[in-house]
Amino acid sequence: MKVMAQMSMVMNLDKCIGCHTCSVTCKQAWTNRSGVEYVWFNNVETRPGIGYPRRYEDQEKWGGGWVRTKSGRLKLRSGGRMKKLATIFSNPKLPEIHDYYEPWTYEYDMLLNAPAGEHTPVAKPKSLLTGEDMKISWSANWDDNLGGSAETMAEDPILQHMSEHVASEYEDTYMFYLPRICEHCLNPSCVASCPSGAMYKRVEDGIVLVDQDQCRGWRMCVSGCPYKKVYFNHKTGKAEKCTLCYPRLEVGLPTVCSETCVGRLRYLGLVLYDADKVAEAASVEDEHALLDAQRSVFLDPHDPAVVQAAREAGIPEDWIDAAQRSPIHKLINEYKVALPLHPEYRTMPMVWYIPPLSPVVDVIASSGNDGEDAKTLFAAIAKLRIPLEYLAGLFTAGDTRPVEASLRKLAAMRSYMRGINLGEGKDERIADAVGMTGDSLEEMYRLLAIAKYEERYVIPAAHTEQAQELDELACSLDYDGGPGMGGAGPFGSSSGQQVPVAVENFHALKNRQTADRPSTSGRVNLLNWDGNGAPTGLFPPKSEGE
Amino acid sequence: MTTWDILLWVAMPYAAFAVFVVGHIWRYRYDKFGWTTRSSQTYESRLLRWGSPMFHLGILMVIAGHAVGLLIPREWLYAIGIDEHMYHLGATALGTAAAVLTLAGLAILIYRRRTVGPVFLATTRMDKLMYVVLGAVLLFGTIATVMYQLLGPGYEYRGTVGPWLRSLIVFQPRPELMVDVPIMFQIHVIAANVLFALWPFTRLVHVWSAPIGYLFRPYIVYRSRDDARRPGSRPARPGWEGIQTPDPKKLTKL
Ligand code: HEM
Ligand code: SF4
Ligand code: SF4
Repeated sequence: MKVMAQMSMVMNLDKCIGCHTCSVTCKQAWTNRSGVEYVWFNNVETRPGIGYPRRYEDQEKWGGGWVRTKSGRLKLRSGGRMKKLATIFSNPKLPEIHDYYEPWTYEYDMLLNAPAGEHTPVAKPKSLLTGEDMKISWSANWDDNLGGSAETMAEDPILQHMSEHVASEYEDTYMFYLPRICEHCLNPSCVASCPSGAMYKRVEDGIVLVDQDQCRGWRMCVSGCPYKKVYFNHKTGKAEKCTLCYPRLEVGLPTVCSETCVGRLRYLGLVLYDADKVAEAASVEDEHALLDAQRSVFLDPHDPAVVQAAREAGIPEDWIDAAQRSPIHKLINEYKVALPLHPEYRTMPMVWYIPPLSPVVDVIASSGNDGEDAKTLFAAIAKLRIPLEYLAGLFTAGDTRPVEASLRKLAAMRSYMRGINLGEGKDERIADAVGMTGDSLEEMYRLLAIAKYEERYVIPAAHTEQAQELDELACSLDYDGGPGMGGAGPFGSSSGQQVPVAVENFHALKNRQTADRPSTSGRVNLLNWDGNGAPTGLFPPKSEGE
Repeated sequence: MTTWDILLWVAMPYAAFAVFVVGHIWRYRYDKFGWTTRSSQTYESRLLRWGSPMFHLGILMVIAGHAVGLLIPREWLYAIGIDEHMYHLGATALGTAAAVLTLAGLAILIYRRRTVGPVFLATTRMDKLMYVVLGAVLLFGTIATVMYQLLGPGYEYRGTVGPWLRSLIVFQPRPELMVDVPIMFQIHVIAANVLFALWPFTRLVHVWSAPIGYLFRPYIVYRSRDDARRPGSRPARPGWEGIQTPDPKKLTKL
């Protein structure tokens, strides 16, 4: 047994209102730079829909992830090492910018500087690739809320796997949002695809990163990732991806997307797993068995043998403690309501989802029935085959049983809690029907509905004895120039040295958590801004005479 | 022998080589972040799919050919039974194929650079200079081959250019060997020297990163958080640019 710790996330889809706050704050923090305009480390897709980039789930086309060979071994879907090197001069599976969208801005200057005239000036859209006028015809969430879906929805790879008859009927019955970040997989195919070995999985917390100094721009990781969560910075010629906000996690803060999530639906915590069993679990033959295989890789942090092995593996005491309090472990292994996204890609993804029950409730309520009655709900879940099949296409490689089990638990929780609220007492039969106890239903309710910040995010900080080594320790302005100073090196915008990932340091972050004034003055950085007051620089200076 | 001969056939190659070596060391230390192919495939893939593999396959054949033709003394080849005639046939056939691939590939790549808007705007001044010099080296090399080997009586560079190059490598330069070499070969050699001097400052540095190690490493790479802060890693400098629209006027002027 080789115990390793993995920082992971669970999202409760029932609560996502599709506001895109997570995407926007993530963008402000990480990808508001030239070359990554089209890059969304966090994006929110309306499903059914074709996702971002377009149809990324169609692995026949993009060749992401792993496949199992006849001999039972795993192989990169788009070919092994030799094939990768042979196709390195032009990657046949690389999405083009138009599979994402052509980034643009508006000619805002026109609004201020246009000469007085008869017509109101307009800010025309300008391509950020050519600077020319462009017609905006696609973006990262063009089919938001099923907008225009009549035309595009049939392209959804999941729907295409279901029967055609289903597709049209589907549109009337079901819609939900799917926020996506990098999965920080246990068996990352992006890392395996990188010819220069610049991508790696961090031993301490399992975060998957790109070493910007070692990346040589072979762009194989982009096609290797089945979730299309490695992006190519077209200005620097290097790959970039979601970092799980590691500079924040290292000081005990949740990721920006979690911190700002309006629905408070994201959970962050550690999972202990057995690294020796990953390869075996990822290569089980039956795709439907992958979910249980992955669950079996996770270790019970309360088991003394596991704790002992974790200590021997050098995992610090407070990390073991955090793993025991982890909401992730509860949702995945205890309540078994969370499911992985596309386990059939065999990368062992580590961002899991609690499937949405609310659309089922909506259907019941709109037909005039009681949307909180256990029996009605159970019956509806079983009857509404279409959403069930669709969700199974996303979360369980098409097996509807685990999805149904998860939805039934959510339904049971709903009606059990209603009973309590109406003073009808605790109906253990409801809990029985889904193989749980009333107490555990109540606990699950607490975690899913009212959990506080500290319960949703159980993040042990990196160790103070290692603090000297933390990336962000240097004084925040300890490098030439500073953010926004601009200027490219002599070989174009890719040259020169990088900026630190976050202009932040350990003490400033600690300070900010305890002070009641903004601890950073002069600059606004969403990586550390906590909404305390308005830092100078948030708004432009007032002009004289105002 | 004139001063010019010394300058051209001794001083220049050594100077170019010195710039080549020191330049690479400097670039690697100062600018690891800029050490990349700067792939433009995200912008355009249809032309690249043909141009890039053709060019690269060709140029790698050309390089292999030069290694055999210049670095290996002909006597060694005679010894393993490759006589003058065989060598000439092989070199001419393979060389022509390589030249056609390389030049056609390069033509596609340059056409693409010039006509595809985003690719053109992502082309730096260094890129343009590199294309001019690289193109010149390839062009004069091809002209020399066509003029003297295909159409002419055949020129035995293995008696002059080859030994001259090897004399430089062992630090006993023999510039006199180059004096009577046909002019097209001379220009080819001079252009190549310029290319080597430019090399470390262009995207051509990607050649040294050819990822052969990929064949031998385990698929999944693990690294400790602390590895990134190995001693010697330097504090960072800015590379952060605000988002701006490129100037479309640049599309129309070269
Ligand atoms: C030895 C192995 C080599 C590998 C693996 C390699 C790989 C690559 C890759 C991946 C690109 C980017 C293509 C794209 O997506 O835009 C590229 C571009 C380029 N390479 Fe190489 N290369 C190698 C050798 C060479 C050599 C020997 C030369 C010339 C002396 C060369 C000259 C170029 C040029 C000029 C470009 C720019 C093409 C363009 O976009 O216009 N490469 N190379
Ligand atoms: S989801 Fe993240 S870790 Fe998994 S393959 Fe893609 S980029 Fe790599
Ligand atoms: S911020 Fe939260 S609620 Fe809003 S879209 Fe993102 S995940 Fe959904």
